Amino acid sequence: MTDAPQVKHHGSDMFEGYPVDTANTAGDQAVTNYTINFGPQHPAAHGVLRMVMELDGEIIERVDPHVGLLHRGTEKLIEHKTYLQALPYFDRLDYCSPLGMEHSYVLAIEKLLDLEVPDRGQYLRVLFAELTRICNHMLNIGAHVMDVGAMTPNLWVFELREDCLNFFERASGARMHSAYFRPGGVHQDVPEKLLVDIGEWCETRLPRLFGDAMSLVVDNRIFKQRNVDIATVSKEDTLAWGFSGPMIRGAGIPWDLRKSQPYDAYAKMDFEIPVGTRGDCYDRFMVRVQEVYQSAKIILQCINQMPTGPVASLDRKVVPPKRGEMKQSMESLIHHFKLYTEGFHVPAGEVYVATESPKGEFGVYLVSDGTNKPYRCKIRPTAFSHLQAMDFMCKGHMLADTTAIIGAIDVVFGECDR
Amino acid sequence: MAHNAPLVAPRKTLAAELKKAIGKDLLAHDFAADEDSITVQRDAIAGVMVSLRDGLEYQQLMEIAGVDYPERLERFEVVYHLLSVTRNHRLRVRVSTDEATPVPSIVPVWPVAGWLEREVFDMYGVLFSGNPDLRRILTDYGFEGHPQRKDFPLTGYVELRYSEEDKRVVQEPVRLAQDFRNFDFLSPWEGADYVLPGDEKAGGTGEAPGKGAPTPMTAKEVKAADDKTKAPPPPTPKTTEKPADTGAGNKANKAAAKPSKDGAKARADGESKTPATRKAEKAGPKAKAPAKPRAPRKPKTGGDA
Repeated sequence: MTDAPQVKHHGSDMFEGYPVDTANTAGDQAVTNYTINFGPQHPAAHGVLRMVMELDGEIIERVDPHVGLLHRGTEKLIEHKTYLQALPYFDRLDYCSPLGMEHSYVLAIEKLLDLEVPDRGQYLRVLFAELTRICNHMLNIGAHVMDVGAMTPNLWVFELREDCLNFFERASGARMHSAYFRPGGVHQDVPEKLLVDIGEWCETRLPRLFGDAMSLVVDNRIFKQRNVDIATVSKEDTLAWGFSGPMIRGAGIPWDLRKSQPYDAYAKMDFEIPVGTRGDCYDRFMVRVQEVYQSAKIILQCINQMPTGPVASLDRKVVPPKRGEMKQSMESLIHHFKLYTEGFHVPAGEVYVATESPKGEFGVYLVSDGTNKPYRCKIRPTAFSHLQAMDFMCKGHMLADTTAIIGAIDVVFGECDR
Repeated sequence: MAHNAPLVAPRKTLAAELKKAIGKDLLAHDFAADEDSITVQRDAIAGVMVSLRDGLEYQQLMEIAGVDYPERLERFEVVYHLLSVTRNHRLRVRVSTDEATPVPSIVPVWPVAGWLEREVFDMYGVLFSGNPDLRRILTDYGFEGHPQRKDFPLTGYVELRYSEEDKRVVQEPVRLAQDFRNFDFLSPWEGADYVLPGDEKAGGTGEAPGKGAPTPMTAKEVKAADDKTKAPPPPTPKTTEKPADTGAGNKANKAAAKPSKDGAKARADGESKTPATRKAEKAGPKAKAPAKPRAPRKPKTGGDA
């Protein structure tokens, strides 16, 4: 916070080195702080964020974010659904990166069941998790640059996002709410052509279009003026305020769960963790930009190393059989019926599984009592702790910087409010 | 270990370090599903957190979760999830409390705890003493109740709608078009602790519920039980052994042959047929032709051969 503008209070006796008699100056009016509502219907609030701001002129003195306007009781609903039925709720948490949300949940279930996923399933999950990361960053980067005034890059990166959504559709049948990751693997295998197309896209269209779009922004004078040294957060503060993802890496801490606590096939992947140096909005933005290239690198590795074999565990007490099998085998039919009515039972116990979602550490604290429904499923959203820091990040900045700060947090309210 | 969840190397010396750092405030330490959890004294939580942060290098507080166990004396568990970025380890810290007893706030230790505690308060009604801003956070302005408690219904109590007459949003009690369907999948063979639906009238076996079928009885016992419940034999039917008992005989015949008071004569023996019978006998067998046999059925045309 060293570079934050100094707040100049009215009523002071000195102004720019000259003594001022505030009481008796003709024409002057004493300005008191006033309070405004930023949102909940504001295009730059990235959803339904209401921030009660106390302003001194254009300088922000205090911010009180009100969240929960999109609270849908997801955790309560999950307690009333079987493990499999609860899965699609995760798509609807962070609807910009649905598969990242599913990833934590299926891993938590597998950890309780101690269930192994076949190699191809792991690779497919990593591939689509990284595609989700690109998809998410396309939205965030585009929205961020638009929040600070640039229009064109947003339109270009949305083209890329559209490509990602088409890939999801070809894999799962749904563009956004895929419900593709399942306990034990993924729902179905992908066509070979899809892998070829994704690989081609990562090598040609993505770097070219994304590079073009970023060339307009990253060295742009206006963009830098709006982002450099805005909302700098020190390393100590990022730890104390529970930051994760690009927010903590922007401050220079190379902390990435894909590296430090690898899950699925990430241990076999070769990639780097981009970090920032100053911990301001510009660093966070650039961390995301670099992560896109790293994700593309991981995707290409996945495609090249993709083994053949089953995409989901063959444990028929957890993973339902395919329809073709059901037509032939009575036992498969029974398994299918049992899994889609009663569902599988998960042994009693509790786990906290966190993965590196595009926005940071997305955790699922799952408590099982041995039945077919979760006893408690606490979702650890990324945006919750980031938004809480809005107050100290905004303090002393101009009102117009708020949009850059929110944009750099990468907040989505489906996930924050649950 | 077969699962593919995030891999965290176990911290081998953790138990000793915990004992040294927390001492008597440590109530339990268990290692399950590759995760370390400790239970600590509620009143000492703030101090414990300081020593975990500074002594054991758990720099980050990632999450505070509430869990409701209504059958326990202290029904709420507040679960803190800590992360060490230097030691690459996670630790779960639990304290338990009830509706009335506050948990000391750890906002002075980690500022991020502010909202996390607010959420637990909002969802469960757990109080945190020392939290500077313990307001509701996720539920609506003016919401009543704590929705994550197990005794709070899934549908809630009120629903909102925009009233065209009042020109504002109004609250009304929840009305469901269809009952909430909650299927019970607990198998009665695996410890379902209740009378099965539809079995209420059977009255059970007299044993405590959940015990399953009663032990089979021996054949002798079955017979004895059957004998006990056997109905007494039906009473001997009343019979008339002698004709005299029936009231029939010559005496009765004579009395019957007397003309009745209204002048009708009793019929002689041969006159026992009614007029209709006599007429039918006179007409003879030609009166009605036998029915024609039905024509054989035509075979079906078309259809599946």
